[in-house]
Amino acid sequence: MIDKENHMIKTMDVGKVYPMGPTTLVALDEVNLEFHRGEFAGLIGPSGSGKTTLLNILGSLDTPSSGSAVVLGRRIETLSHKQASKLRNRHIGFIFQTFNLLPVYTVFENVEFPLLLQDMAASQRRKWVMDALEWVGLADRAASKPAELSGGQSQRVAIARAVVKKPELVLADEPTANLDAENSHHIMRTMVQLNAELKTSFIFATHDEKVMQYLKREITLNDGRVARDRIIRGDNP
Amino acid sequence: MITLRLALRNVLGAGIRTWLNVISLSLAFVAIIFLQGLYNGMSRQVETASMAAQYAGGHYWQANYDPYDPLTLEDAHAALPAALNGQISRKRAVPILVRPATIYPNGRFQNVLLKGIPPNQSVLTIPTHAISTDEAAIPALIGQRMARSAGLKKGDYVTARWRDAGGTFDADEILIVEVMQTDVSGIDNGQMWIPLEKLRSMTAMPGEATLVVLEKGSTFKEPVAGWTHRDLEFLLKDLRALFLSKSIGGSIFYIVLLLLAMLAIFNTQVLAVFRRRKEMGTLMALGMTRGNVIGMFTLEGATYALLAAAAAAVYGLPLLLYMAANGFGLPEATDNFGLAIGNRIFPTYSAGLVLGTTLLVLLVTTVVSYLPTRKIAKLKPTDALRGNLT
Repeated sequence: MIDKENHMIKTMDVGKVYPMGPTTLVALDEVNLEFHRGEFAGLIGPSGSGKTTLLNILGSLDTPSSGSAVVLGRRIETLSHKQASKLRNRHIGFIFQTFNLLPVYTVFENVEFPLLLQDMAASQRRKWVMDALEWVGLADRAASKPAELSGGQSQRVAIARAVVKKPELVLADEPTANLDAENSHHIMRTMVQLNAELKTSFIFATHDEKVMQYLKREITLNDGRVARDRIIRGDNP
Repeated sequence: MITLRLALRNVLGAGIRTWLNVISLSLAFVAIIFLQGLYNGMSRQVETASMAAQYAGGHYWQANYDPYDPLTLEDAHAALPAALNGQISRKRAVPILVRPATIYPNGRFQNVLLKGIPPNQSVLTIPTHAISTDEAAIPALIGQRMARSAGLKKGDYVTARWRDAGGTFDADEILIVEVMQTDVSGIDNGQMWIPLEKLRSMTAMPGEATLVVLEKGSTFKEPVAGWTHRDLEFLLKDLRALFLSKSIGGSIFYIVLLLLAMLAIFNTQVLAVFRRRKEMGTLMALGMTRGNVIGMFTLEGATYALLAAAAAAVYGLPLLLYMAANGFGLPEATDNFGLAIGNRIFPTYSAGLVLGTTLLVLLVTTVVSYLPTRKIAKLKPTDALRGNLT
C-alpha cells in the first residue's frame, strides 16, 4: 500500500501499447516513478517519447496497458469512469497546450467551471474564482470572453482554472508551446509562485527549454522508458 | 441541475445558430397548435350548428326510417304514439314528416325530400315561421344550396309530384316563400320545408311523422314501440368520424413540419458533437463524466424546444388569440364540401392541446438531440482532447 501522505504518485512497471494495425506501438515501457507532494517536475524528451501518454495516465484520462499507477492513493487502472472523473474534478488540475477554454463562457465562468461540478456554494465559488484570477493577474478580465484574450492571458486563465479548486496536483502538457518567450516566462513564474504558495505539485510534459529552466526535477523519457531522473534544485521535496 | 445550467449557457452562448433552430421549431409549434385548433374549431362549429338546426337533443325515428336508404322512405311514417305526442304538446319536441317527391324546376326534374314541420316550432333554428302563410299555394322554405342547384329563388313556383299514403301520384305548385342562409347542408341540400299539416293532408297521412326531434338538453329517452331513440352520440357519430379522419390527414402536415424542425436540431447536434470534441475532452478532464456530457448535449437540444415554446408564446399567442377571436375566412367553394362550416372558422385551443403539443415537441426534440450524442458514450477523453472521435 502506498503512503498517501508522502508518495503522491507511484508508478510500477507502467506500460502502454497502442494497436497499430497488425503491430503495436509501445508508448510506455516499464515506467517506475515516484512523485512527492509539492514537486515541480518535468517529463522531457522528444516527440513520441511517451510524455503526454504518461501525463494522461497520471491524470486518470487514460489507463496503463500493464503495470500499476497509484495517484493520491487510487489505482488508476481500477477506477471506474465516474471515480476517475471525481478524482480529476477534486484533486487534479489540467493545463493544455491550446488552453482549451470554453468559448461561450466568460473568463470568470471558465474558472468557475470545476467548482460548479463540486456543487460549491455560490458565494464561496465567487471568492475562490476571484482569488484564482488574482493569482494569475487577470481579476480585471473576469467578464471577458476567451476570444478577447491574448494567448498569454488565455493560458493564465487556464492556470487559474486548474488551480482554483486548490488541487494537490496540476498536470501541464506543453503549456508554453503556443506562447512567445515573454509570455512563457510569465506563465512559468506564475506556476512557480503557485507551487510555493499553495504547495500544489506541478508535473509538466515539455521539450521547451524555457520551461526546463524552472524545473526542480527533470525526468527524461526516451522511447517510452525513463532514460534519466534527476533533481535539479535542492528545494524539490 | 448543473448540467441544465451549463446546457442553457451553451445554447444561449451559441448565438445565431441557436436562434435559427429556435425560430424554426417555434414555427412548427405555432403551426401545429394552429392547425389542430382549426380542426377543433371546425369540428365544434359544425357540431354546434348541426345540433342547433338538425339534431337538437336527439331524435326518435320511425322504425322504417333510414336516412341513408331512400327506398325505406316510402314506408317511413307512422302515427305519433302518445308518449311522443306528450313531448310535442309540451313544446319539448317537434315532429317531422319526410316524403320523397320530384320537382320540375326550369324544365328539369329533380328528386327532393319534402319535409313537413310545424311552422311555429322552436326546437330547431330553421326559420320555419316563413312557411306560416295563408297563401293557397303550398309554401316552401329552401336553403341556399337547394336554391342554387334547382335554380330557384324566393317567389318562384315549382311543380312537385309525390305519392300519397295509398301510393297514388299527386302534383301541385309549390311557392318558394323564403331562401334561408344556413351553414348546415343537412337541412338544405335536396330538401323543401313545408307546413307539417299541409304535407300530412297532401299525402293523406294525418297525425303521422317520420321522426321527432327532441329539444336541446332533453332527457327523454323512454322506449317507444315502433320508434327508435337516436341520441347525439349516434347522430354525430359520422360527423365526428369525418373530423377524426380529417384531423389525422392534417396531422401528416404537422408531422412534416415537425420533422423539418427536428432535422435542423439533429443536424445542429451532429455538427456540435463533431465540432466540439475538444470541448468534450476538456469537460471530461475538468471532471465531467461521459453521462454528464451526454446529458448536457441532450439538454442543449431540449433547451431549443423550451426556448421555441417561449418564442412561440411571444409571437404565436397573440396570433392564435387573434385568430380565435376573428376567425379564419373561407373561400366560397368551401360551401360545397357538405359541412356546416360557415364563412369563417374560429379555431379553438384547449389547455390539453397546448400542453400536449409542448410535451410532444419537447419529447421528440430530446430524443432527436440524444441520438447523435450516443457517440460520446464511447469517447475516450484522450481522443477527445486530440480532437478525435473514438
